[in-house]
Amino acid sequence: MATTVDAPTAENRPAGAQRDLEEQRRAPLKTGEDPQNTLAASLKDAAAAALLAGVLGFFFLALRTEIAPGGLDVSARWGLWLASIAVVFAGRLLLNLFVFKTRRPVTQLFAGRGAGLGARLPWLGKAVGAALFLFAMILPFFITTVFPAQQRQYIDLAILIMTYVMLGWGLNIVVGLAGLLDLGYVAFYAVGAYAFALLSTHFEVIGFWTALPLAGMLAAFWGVILGFPVLRLRGDYLAIVTLAFGEMIRIVLLNWYDFTGGPNGISGIPKPTLFGLEFTRGEDGVAAFLGIEYSTIHRFIYLYYIIFILAIVTNFVTMRLRRLPVGRAWEALREDEIACRSLGINTTNTKLTAFAIGAMFGGFAGSFFATRQGFISPESFTFLESAIILAIVVLGGLGSQIGVVIASVVMIGGIEMLRNIGFLSDIFGPDFDPVKYRMLIFGLAMVGIMIWKPRGLISTREPTIALKERKRIGADYVAQGEGH
Amino acid sequence: MNPSPATAAGPQTGPATRWDDDPVLTVEHLTMRFGGLVAVGDLSFNVGHGDITALIGPNGAGKTTVFNCVTGFYKPTEGRIVMRHGPGRQQQAVDAVTASGLRYKAANDGAVFLLERMPDYEITKSAKVARTFQNIRLFGGMTVLENLLVAQHNPLMIASGFTFGGIIGLPAYARAQGEAVDRAVYWMEHVNLLDRADDPAGDLPYGAQRRLEIARAMCTRPELLCLDEPAAGLNPRESAELNQLLQFIRSEGTSVLLIEHDMGVVMEISDHIIVLDYGIKISDGDPSFVKSDPKVIAAYLGVDDEAEIDVPEVRAEVAAVIHEAGSGAQAAGPTRPEGGRT
Ligand SMILES: Nc1ncnc2c1ncn2[C@@H]1O[C@H](COP(=O)(O)OP(=O)(O)OP(=O)(O)O)[C@@H](O)[C@H]1O
Ligand SMILES: [Mg+2]
Repeated sequence: MATTVDAPTAENRPAGAQRDLEEQRRAPLKTGEDPQNTLAASLKDAAAAALLAGVLGFFFLALRTEIAPGGLDVSARWGLWLASIAVVFAGRLLLNLFVFKTRRPVTQLFAGRGAGLGARLPWLGKAVGAALFLFAMILPFFITTVFPAQQRQYIDLAILIMTYVMLGWGLNIVVGLAGLLDLGYVAFYAVGAYAFALLSTHFEVIGFWTALPLAGMLAAFWGVILGFPVLRLRGDYLAIVTLAFGEMIRIVLLNWYDFTGGPNGISGIPKPTLFGLEFTRGEDGVAAFLGIEYSTIHRFIYLYYIIFILAIVTNFVTMRLRRLPVGRAWEALREDEIACRSLGINTTNTKLTAFAIGAMFGGFAGSFFATRQGFISPESFTFLESAIILAIVVLGGLGSQIGVVIASVVMIGGIEMLRNIGFLSDIFGPDFDPVKYRMLIFGLAMVGIMIWKPRGLISTREPTIALKERKRIGADYVAQGEGH
Repeated sequence: MNPSPATAAGPQTGPATRWDDDPVLTVEHLTMRFGGLVAVGDLSFNVGHGDITALIGPNGAGKTTVFNCVTGFYKPTEGRIVMRHGPGRQQQAVDAVTASGLRYKAANDGAVFLLERMPDYEITKSAKVARTFQNIRLFGGMTVLENLLVAQHNPLMIASGFTFGGIIGLPAYARAQGEAVDRAVYWMEHVNLLDRADDPAGDLPYGAQRRLEIARAMCTRPELLCLDEPAAGLNPRESAELNQLLQFIRSEGTSVLLIEHDMGVVMEISDHIIVLDYGIKISDGDPSFVKSDPKVIAAYLGVDDEAEIDVPEVRAEVAAVIHEAGSGAQAAGPTRPEGGRT
């Protein structure tokens, strides 16, 4: 029975997922099929796709029923039908030839280049972050000097983007760090907004600055209340139940007419003041106090700076938390919950803190939203809002702060910008409104990112502490947590 | 539910042994059922203070299940699991805490914990039992150093004033983190991973991951370290290094409970061996006793078909033992995976 130490020790090989991982790493990269088969296979596949498009489209595209005198009239649109088949065939063929069935997918080319850049230039992230910060700091003045004609529109857009940056950063704590897929984040946004709206309309003394911490605390409280039953669930179940909770809050707001005003919402929410001074034309306005000429734009600039500071605080606190034991526990939780428990970490409490802190920032953003709009109603807090915030976090790269900024600018700013691009309506006709296609563009962006960079724009992870050298950790090693 | 030391140790041992007099962990009448399957049946044993104790047995014998019960990942169907800090059996404290319905009791120079009443994280946090897993469970996307800092979560949490102090940047937290890093460096030195401190744990080779998991468990400052097959998948040199590491851990004052298939490791370093088969203890004693126990040889028959057991007398004895064990573990019998013996 006893063997010597020199003999082969164990027949046991690494087990389970570990073994799969090792094998995966050892195995040669499998790409595509034999080159001589590529074209034939691609053609076959494309033909199958075209056939499918033809079958599916036959009743929708080829045949058209119209109400005619004496009943329905069937007209055929063969051109449209054949064109759609041709488009599907060509698109599928190109995808096959250059992405799916080739040895060197073009997408790999981009991915390799992007990843290499981040690894070779570790300071790049910091430099970009600092540049963005400085730019955001002077943005209102940049806009007023460069685009004086559209200053109000652009500053409004900047405020909107900044709100989504803040929401993205708040949700990033829950989804990106703790790895808990929360589809009902907008609930906390709503709690913050309604908390401020109700407090300020019922109590004269409560202004924006006193209501802000209260709204944050209330949202955090709701985060704990909702989190407690939910956090026992894992993966997909967690996602579904958070989604349901988000909707429940909205529906309560919609139906509790006496308290929330129901679908009519709450109006007359006070504007924020600067040390008690209001942004009005009168004697006691900010402009008079500072001795500058009154302009409506001042209030927008002020709003911009409020959300800018709130967002920066969110970022600062998140970065700080990552370096504290809670933050490390969040990330450890995302990596392996069972291992966490074996190390004496109370995982329920850890998840609850993530939920509560994420909710708190959502509540702050909600208060800001209420004061900016002056009017809120349940319509602003639909599931779509949650989905957009989550999309920003996922597209930016889970856990990446800069990724959230880039994704917000692209997704929110980009779509607003589409409105102003004249040549689109030249092509598609005068009543073409790109905002109508917002969801289509969202979807395309998602699909594009999932092909090009499945882990989001910035997928590497920065270690929270280093002994000698801080090396970024590749996305392959980083777990995504539950429900992804 | 208050067995005398002799029954707790089992019938195989003769007069009271070191581990019966001064146990750090006592498992008493532990039973774990999964539906109709009895994974562990009425198991009792002691783990001696400062010993390396090995739990061995064929595949599916229930070793990992025992670990999961001890570390709180499973709630045992029946039985008592007592963890002691400080010397001696502390019988009075054990009786008192059992009767009181509390989870633990601090005596004058020690403390007694009833692990079956505690949630898993509390067992590591307060009772100071750390463990590793049969399938390595590291935080793959975090660096080696981060892994070791996560293991020191609880003391660091207090030092950071439950996060509030850390946010405002109290110097006490910076100091505590410095100490935690020192401790991590200490263990990285001992498991030979210092030069990989800033690499992601998922990037380490298999053997290094096993060592890191042990280091991470040691960073929780355990009184008892439970290792589930730490030598699995290691090459002979790594396996020899592991022996040294375990002996070093023992010299640091941590008792070790070890599941192992590798008899080279087991016989060389263990002070005490417990053999399980079909969830039932078939032998308990020091290595020389267990090595020559016919029941143990029988349990391992089918893998170690070496010449030494191909003797008619032994065969007869083996047959008797198999018969005996088979009737003793009827519930476990049919579900036993075939040919899974190592
Ligand atoms: N959670 C569970 N649910 C149902 N059955 C289980 C569970 N965990 C373990 N078992 C069963 O209990 C028995 C003992 O399993 P255990 O993992 O403890 O064996 P082991 O001695 O650790 O084996 P190995 O040497 O292969 O690791 C097995 O038959 C197993 O299928
Ligand atoms: Mg096992």
